[in-house]
Amino acid sequence: MNSLAKPATWEKFFWPLLTAAVLLAVWHYSVIWTATKVFPSPLSVEKGLVELAHKHVLWADITDSLRRVAIGFGLAAIIGIPFGLALGWFPSLNQIFNPVLQILRPISPIAWIPVAIIFFGIGDKPATFLVFLGALFPIVVACASGVSRVPSIYRRAGRNFGLSSPQILARVVFPAALPQILIGLRIALGIAWLVVVAGEMIAVDSGLGYLVIDSRNSGKRYDLVVAAMLIIGVIGLALDLLFRQIEKIRSVRWGFRS
Amino acid sequence: MRLRPVAFILVLLVIWQTAISSHPGQLLPGPWQTLRGIGDLLQHGLLLKYVVASLFRVTWGFLLAAVIAIPLGLTIGWYRRAEMAFNPLVQIFRPISPLAWIPIAILWFGVGDLSAIFLIFIGCFFSLLLTAMSAVHNIPDVYINVGRNFGLSTPAFIYRVLYPAVAPQLIVGLRITLGIAWLVVVAAEMIAVNSGLGFLIVDARNAGNRYDLVVAGMVVIGIIGLLLDLAMRSLEQVKSFRWGFPEN
Amino acid sequence: MSTQSSPQSAGVKLRVDHVRKAFERDGNSISVLEDINLDVRNGEFICLVGPSGAGKSTLLNVMGGFLSPTSGSVAIDGETVQGPDPRRILVFQERGVFPWLTVEGNIGFGLSNLSDAERKQRIAHYVQLVRLQGFEHSYPSDLSGGMKQRLQVARALAVNPDILYLDEPFGALDSVTRFIMRGELLRIWQTERRTIIFVTHDIDEAVQLADRVVVLSSRPAKIQDILTIDIDHPRNLSSPRYLELRDQLAQKIGLAFSA
Repeated sequence: MNSLAKPATWEKFFWPLLTAAVLLAVWHYSVIWTATKVFPSPLSVEKGLVELAHKHVLWADITDSLRRVAIGFGLAAIIGIPFGLALGWFPSLNQIFNPVLQILRPISPIAWIPVAIIFFGIGDKPATFLVFLGALFPIVVACASGVSRVPSIYRRAGRNFGLSSPQILARVVFPAALPQILIGLRIALGIAWLVVVAGEMIAVDSGLGYLVIDSRNSGKRYDLVVAAMLIIGVIGLALDLLFRQIEKIRSVRWGFRS
Repeated sequence: MRLRPVAFILVLLVIWQTAISSHPGQLLPGPWQTLRGIGDLLQHGLLLKYVVASLFRVTWGFLLAAVIAIPLGLTIGWYRRAEMAFNPLVQIFRPISPLAWIPIAILWFGVGDLSAIFLIFIGCFFSLLLTAMSAVHNIPDVYINVGRNFGLSTPAFIYRVLYPAVAPQLIVGLRITLGIAWLVVVAAEMIAVNSGLGFLIVDARNAGNRYDLVVAGMVVIGIIGLLLDLAMRSLEQVKSFRWGFPEN
Repeated sequence: MSTQSSPQSAGVKLRVDHVRKAFERDGNSISVLEDINLDVRNGEFICLVGPSGAGKSTLLNVMGGFLSPTSGSVAIDGETVQGPDPRRILVFQERGVFPWLTVEGNIGFGLSNLSDAERKQRIAHYVQLVRLQGFEHSYPSDLSGGMKQRLQVARALAVNPDILYLDEPFGALDSVTRFIMRGELLRIWQTERRTIIFVTHDIDEAVQLADRVVVLSSRPAKIQDILTIDIDHPRNLSSPRYLELRDQLAQKIGLAFSA
């Protein structure tokens, strides 16, 4: 019923490689059998990747996307973390702000584009603003919830040892909430990556999102479309893995189940 | 006490109105104008039409994704080798924004409902897949051992132990994914479709800078998204699921 | 009094034969059980005691078929144990009951092959036996710790197992409740006699409950000693014989700690 005896270590590589091979084969043969003229085969995507790598545009696009994520996410963190901590620490504040947040949150960042363009014009800034918006909510929510979930035992212990409120917040509550805050940041980073790509498809003319839509619009280069998609996926995964490394640092590791 | 958030919202509205009024010739609308914009849309029947269109797409994309991703995710989460096989692939596809699939969507489905549903499906699929996988991992071993101890057949085990054990987590995952679906549909409609609330926003701006309609659309999007979330939360209250929340 | 060799008696319900159990962790082999040999007679109440981490639970799980021995075998009624089976039910220390089922639902869990009428009857019988009348439609979240454990026992007994394994079932309860639960368990056992194998680290508990107490040494565990408790039930906890046996057991455990 359950998985059988513990899989061997080599299986960790075997199964995914097998699956990938099978999928590539299916992809390759469906392209041949359906005799499609437009949809790329794995080989043409590979060639497309090489082509992109040689055109300097790819590196510029990657840098642009990453830069927007860095700035937007960074701003969201700088503003969102203190704000979220405050919301978690002062329940009355949370009561006041929460309804507004609940109404704003379901509005896709992309829907803010017209407003963003009015404020920031066209170019980098609206895209960065969208990233900021997209990352802000998960960060605020994670910080608020992280703080409010810290067991009251810890706060009481802090008071028992004579710490003042700000000290308790800094030396007890914040470290206790840190694992959850980090998870929220990692999720927000993932969202930032999704938003930047989407935003670039509509509001800017550089970046990986733009590359995807431009490859189609100027010449139906679906091989480049798929190649760009794969690059987006890989970079997004890399960002996620990098962040998980931070979670491994000893002083936070206690908060994560091994 | 209850009035505080309401008071705060009122304060925000006043600030908003003042900011707009003090800059005449501004494109952005104030709250009053926005309200009139909503009324405008209602009158012309556009609001209802677009809301229905967006909800229709969300429903189909969401349900399709749920029906496929949940059993698949439960299976992959249960069998170690299946997870080894599929996880790397999932991890690479997950960070690709559903919107990046637009060229492929248009290629396969043209411009219209099917494309939008496909995009929503993609967005919901990965979220639900991962939720299901994680839910299976989180089943306490005790429950599994008891199930084995009582000699349940595999179908009986799935129906009587696995499913009830994962249900609470799946419900939370469904709620979050519905939120994702709502975000995707709006964005998709701004880029790849010709109806719906997202389209309304782009269209209102393009055809005459009707920013009052733009912001009206945003407000409606926010409210409906919130209502969807609240509706899902009420599901969590159903007694037979409630066990999963206070204790777990 | 303390023998390691097993009686060559008829009526051997469960036989543990040269069982060894080792776990792999980070490439190293950790030996938890080392050459365990034990015969348990039908209807006997056996307690497994030993220091924490000695491997008592591991041994129980091997006996139950949840773990397979690295070498050696366990046989019940002559049949080798291959996996978990409803003929031998394990009662866990905590979180064993299904939170999504009511008391009735939990007790009836293993009874799906009975007719509706039979099932209702059986459930009612066991609700009575463990004294949970009035709570048939309650969910485990409404029950106390002791009640949840009683529920687990009821669920286990309802399927009429030959053997009941209990893995420190009262460990998560307060001492008053523990005391009451021991009495309840004995009462139930005397009403519906089964073979019981009960893991505990509590010496008093072992002497109060068991026919024989099996003392395990610390890891890698061997059977250090087997103590026969030759007092009739109900046991007087202040009788000289009881105290004598208790002290003997304490001594043997002391030895086990330093093994």
